Amino acid sequence: MLQEESDLSLIIAQIVQKLKGSNLYSQLERQAWASLQRPEIKLESLKEDIKEFFKISGWEKKLQNAVYSELSVFPLPSHPAAPPEHLKEPLVYMRKAQGSWEKRILKSLNSMCTELSIPLARKRPVGEQKELLNKWNEMGTDEPDLSLFRPVYAPKDFLEVLINLRNPNYENGDSLSFRTHLGLIQVPLKVKDIPELGALGRSASNKVINKKQNMGPRKQDPNQREGEFPRNDSKEKFQDKGCTTGLKHNNPRLEQEKECFVELGLNIGQLGIDDSTQVPPELFENEHVRIGQKVLAEQDSAAAQQYIRQGSPTALRAELWALILNISSQPEDVLYYEQLKTNVIQHDLLVDSLIYKDVKLTASNDDYYFVFEDYLYQVLLCFSRDTSVLSHFAFNSASPPKSYIRGKLGLEEYAVFYPPNGVIPFHGFSMYVAPLCFLYHEPSKLYQIFREMYVRFFFRLHSISSHPSGIVSLCLLFETLLQTYLPQLFYHLREIGAQPLRISFKWMVRAFSGYLATDQLLLLWDRILGYNSLEILAVLAAAVFAFRAVNLMEVTSLAAAEAVLADLSTLKVMPLLQIFLFATVT
Amino acid sequence: MSRVLVPCHVKGSVALQVGDVRTSQGRPGVLVIDVTFPSVAPFELQEITFKNYYTAFLSIRVRQYTSAHTPAKWVTCLRDYCLMPDPHSEEGAQEYVSLFKHQMLCDMARISELRLILRQPSPLWLSFTVEELQIYQQGPKSPSVTFPKWLSHPVPCEQPALLREMWALTEMIRASHTSARIGRFDVDGCYDLNLLSYT
Repeated sequence: MLQEESDLSLIIAQIVQKLKGSNLYSQLERQAWASLQRPEIKLESLKEDIKEFFKISGWEKKLQNAVYSELSVFPLPSHPAAPPEHLKEPLVYMRKAQGSWEKRILKSLNSMCTELSIPLARKRPVGEQKELLNKWNEMGTDEPDLSLFRPVYAPKDFLEVLINLRNPNYENGDSLSFRTHLGLIQVPLKVKDIPELGALGRSASNKVINKKQNMGPRKQDPNQREGEFPRNDSKEKFQDKGCTTGLKHNNPRLEQEKECFVELGLNIGQLGIDDSTQVPPELFENEHVRIGQKVLAEQDSAAAQQYIRQGSPTALRAELWALILNISSQPEDVLYYEQLKTNVIQHDLLVDSLIYKDVKLTASNDDYYFVFEDYLYQVLLCFSRDTSVLSHFAFNSASPPKSYIRGKLGLEEYAVFYPPNGVIPFHGFSMYVAPLCFLYHEPSKLYQIFREMYVRFFFRLHSISSHPSGIVSLCLLFETLLQTYLPQLFYHLREIGAQPLRISFKWMVRAFSGYLATDQLLLLWDRILGYNSLEILAVLAAAVFAFRAVNLMEVTSLAAAEAVLADLSTLKVMPLLQIFLFATVT
Repeated sequence: MSRVLVPCHVKGSVALQVGDVRTSQGRPGVLVIDVTFPSVAPFELQEITFKNYYTAFLSIRVRQYTSAHTPAKWVTCLRDYCLMPDPHSEEGAQEYVSLFKHQMLCDMARISELRLILRQPSPLWLSFTVEELQIYQQGPKSPSVTFPKWLSHPVPCEQPALLREMWALTEMIRASHTSARIGRFDVDGCYDLNLLSYT
């Protein structure tokens, strides 16, 4: 009891410390001073009256949202004896692996520098600065010679590192025994199983359940070719089960288990399923949109996060995401973005060329995203100059690369981080930004949203860590789900030399961006925000394999397996997830 | 409540195993670590801190003097405290842990010796132990930090002492400065770099 209370006071102190430096704090202070002139504020009960004023005027809500945002992003304060590295990554061997991986990246970048005789960073001459400023909104028309540049690394290089990750204290015998991992990942991290992921006790709070039960069987989804998953039968079976058992008992473990995807249950309305043209909108969609508008009117982050677990209506998505990520476009934020733009114009970085190359290779070739090429440059170039991103390295196992001003090697006063935000882009990095361009058109808001998404989620996809949402855990979760629920398929693929992770790794590293159709991708990212975790990526990857299992059982090589899974653009995300989590017959 | 480190001598761990240690194939699942306090009189134990290394369960026995004249007796003060919820996976394997006297089964007065019994039932790990073991006793009652003047005026409410302390801590943090960044990445306008540094 004592320990929990002192932990709580430590968390409170930490949050207060963080918020003190923020814009919100000065705004609240200003509001408090201004409110003294109001007649209802009396001197005797000053504190209570001001608190009441904040509650009525909506400032308390803003503060609540800010606190909620801090709690979502920052990990709980660790043990006082724990060094800062422990907060980044508790397992020593993973820290070491991340360190050596980073060294490889640095060596690669340095060798590119020396080969091409291009400095890492230089100040742009005035003429060049003017030129860039004029061309700022159409940087895509520029066709610089990037043939000599190559991406620093690609996801498959990173996969090789993860495959070779070993715990020195773990029994890694050569002979096959119960302790051998059959997949590629050989570290024994704790991953969830379907009962934990799915729902054992469904919350039957939805009135839609009764209406859905009375509905006849739905029209067959045209994407569903195979007859292996008799959707209608199992759906009704589970609906009945869910209704009665859900009403009778609520599994207390799930109530605490925030990670459970309870809201994706079969008897709960979902956008991505229940808004399709065959379903009358009165059943779910209209009500859901109405609730969404109410949530936005209330401006409550926590409620928005809970709401979005069932998907977000397209019209409300941009505002909902901004509310959940606690982004409000203040003039100061626009000014900050302009400052970053000035930094881009003044200094030329080698990383810029890498970004150009990446955008040209990936987003520009994509049917959905090529129109946003200019936006991508405007966001990514500024992102590289943003030093506020450095603060996320406190809980990221990665560390920002260091360098020294030319001629001052070794002098600590001239030590700087390179790039200024500490993040070296890899092949496919621009795909993290591309889907957001559908939602936000104003560059500074687009930038803020991307930055927040990166420091909350995307950084975990390309650093070695034991975090449950880290890429290592996601890979292990994917392999474990596949082995447990599709053992024949897993065995077959392994036998033909097509380890499933080799195919699904690139999907997970990019959070499926560029592989799914955009509307489906946004529905998936709704759930990432709603559950504040990336585990759903691993579940979807396993669900895709389950969906195409029949075809995969017939292939005889890795190339053929890749071909079966090459095109995901016709897939519908929510039905796949529901089938895999709630309706797979074991 | 402040605490004072008690200098201790941690003996090497002893594996408890049936049969001959050298010829037997399996790994021991139980280790015992003895901690003595050669230069300190029997004291009241406040806190034990350590870094876990793949130990799943911890039991602690203490040698305690119940009264002035009777010889010291061994008492179990912690039984099977779980450090790793799943002994086969990495969760909790390298965490820093603190155990306080209120979590113990008996009172921790007049301790002369400590025995840690470590258990790791999973055969997957090559070795297990606890590191950086530190024992603390109760420190002097009055804290040495100076509080702001307003704290000398008692808070006019029925809050228990503990909450008042927590509130004081929060107020103190609030009084300190912020650490907001300015956003400059260059040094005096210069950001000419050649190569990245490996150190």
